[in-house]
Amino acid sequence: MIALLLRDLKLSVRAGGGALIGVLFFMTVVAVIPFGVGPDLNLLSRIGPAIVWIGALLSALLGLDRMFQTDREDGSLDLLLMQEHPLVLTVLVKCLAHWLGNGLPLVIASPLLGLFMNMSEVAIGATMLTLLVGTPALTFIGAVGAAVAVVLPRGGLLVSILVLPLAIPVLIFGVSASYAAVEDPAPFMPPFLILVAITMFFAVIGPIGAALALRNSAD
Amino acid sequence: MPESLAITKFSDLANPTRFLGLAARILPWMAGITAILFAIGLYLTFASEGDYQQGMTVRIMYVHVPAAWLSMMCYSVMAASAIGTLVWRHPLADVSHKAAAPLGAAFTLIALATGSLWGKPMWGTWWVWDARLTSVFVLFLMYLGLIALNRAMDDPGKAARVSAVLILVGFVNIPIIKFSVDWWNTLHQPASVIRLDGPTIDKEFLWPLLIMAIAFTLLFFTLHIAAMRNEIWRRRVSAQRRMAARMAGKEA
Repeated sequence: MIALLLRDLKLSVRAGGGALIGVLFFMTVVAVIPFGVGPDLNLLSRIGPAIVWIGALLSALLGLDRMFQTDREDGSLDLLLMQEHPLVLTVLVKCLAHWLGNGLPLVIASPLLGLFMNMSEVAIGATMLTLLVGTPALTFIGAVGAAVAVVLPRGGLLVSILVLPLAIPVLIFGVSASYAAVEDPAPFMPPFLILVAITMFFAVIGPIGAALALRNSAD
Repeated sequence: MPESLAITKFSDLANPTRFLGLAARILPWMAGITAILFAIGLYLTFASEGDYQQGMTVRIMYVHVPAAWLSMMCYSVMAASAIGTLVWRHPLADVSHKAAAPLGAAFTLIALATGSLWGKPMWGTWWVWDARLTSVFVLFLMYLGLIALNRAMDDPGKAARVSAVLILVGFVNIPIIKFSVDWWNTLHQPASVIRLDGPTIDKEFLWPLLIMAIAFTLLFFTLHIAAMRNEIWRRRVSAQRRMAARMAGKEA
């Protein structure tokens, strides 16, 4: 399992893995927003957490279709399906590796983008914290989509379409927790704890669903 | 062999040929009853008084509410079929949830469109990002995604199994829609018909609404069975075409 984790991490960090592409995409999306809404710093600081979250959501979707596709192309998916370990565990480890390779860089890059958005220190911290807790849920949800679309030759766009509706609760509570940290009357903990609950819920549902889909899509 | 195709227990329906026989027998009846119920329901709808506040626009309710119920029931039917696909590998369950997806999308679209038309005079806006509206819109997107996924795969068996997984994962949205009006107090009114302490809606409106709801439900099942029948025929035609092509290849 550790070996699988390290292997997937290496593959995602090295050339062609797309981990850095995700961060670049994240920065580009966020950098494009001021061109659209204008360089009004007050407005940007108000919508900042939402923009950073949407950017992270979109860039998390970007690398999803490669999660099982590359393994299928070089045949290692069949080996993973045949080994004795429960497939759910294998999928969980793959999700973790995918998150370490693709999700964690987004979290690390988010404070920089928060500065671009003229957000306060509290808002930056809250956004980073919610992203840290929320992005694993995106990966777990995305694993189901990636497993469902693994048999499709060009499933990339379809994965995004299938996964986005399910990812909406994560976005809602992530953004509302970030805002609650800045604005006084709303408490920070309830939306944040719901976000944690969503992540844990999908940490169970996601690998089970993905394992089921992988088994069924095997020829 | 009419004897061997007699239906004695529910699982006998798993045989597509038996299903086709049954469908041919009950479809005209269901269509007829649906038409009669729609006639009664529409008559009652137009005979009933307008609301003292809402005037004529309250009649939108008789289409909007049943369509919204149906959009959720259709997804529940699909989820039940998805379990049938994954657990018992019924070929009919595959056909069932494939046939139900476009119907569900249509009912959801009707609910969204009529709700929008109703919202303009009552709330003063076509659309608000309210909890109920947003979650129903998400349901609509999920239906479209499922249709797209089903169309993207060539092998119907594999497409059915894979989309069954997705249907079950997406089922988390249904309780969210149902309780969204209780959890978040937003513009959309809370449930007023199905609740523990009896309906809070006046009898004047309740009867047409109930008859329209039954009519819509029957309409859904009529269309669903018809769509399943068409899907089975479509698969048989394509199987026979493939066989004919193979035979042609052998002769040449």
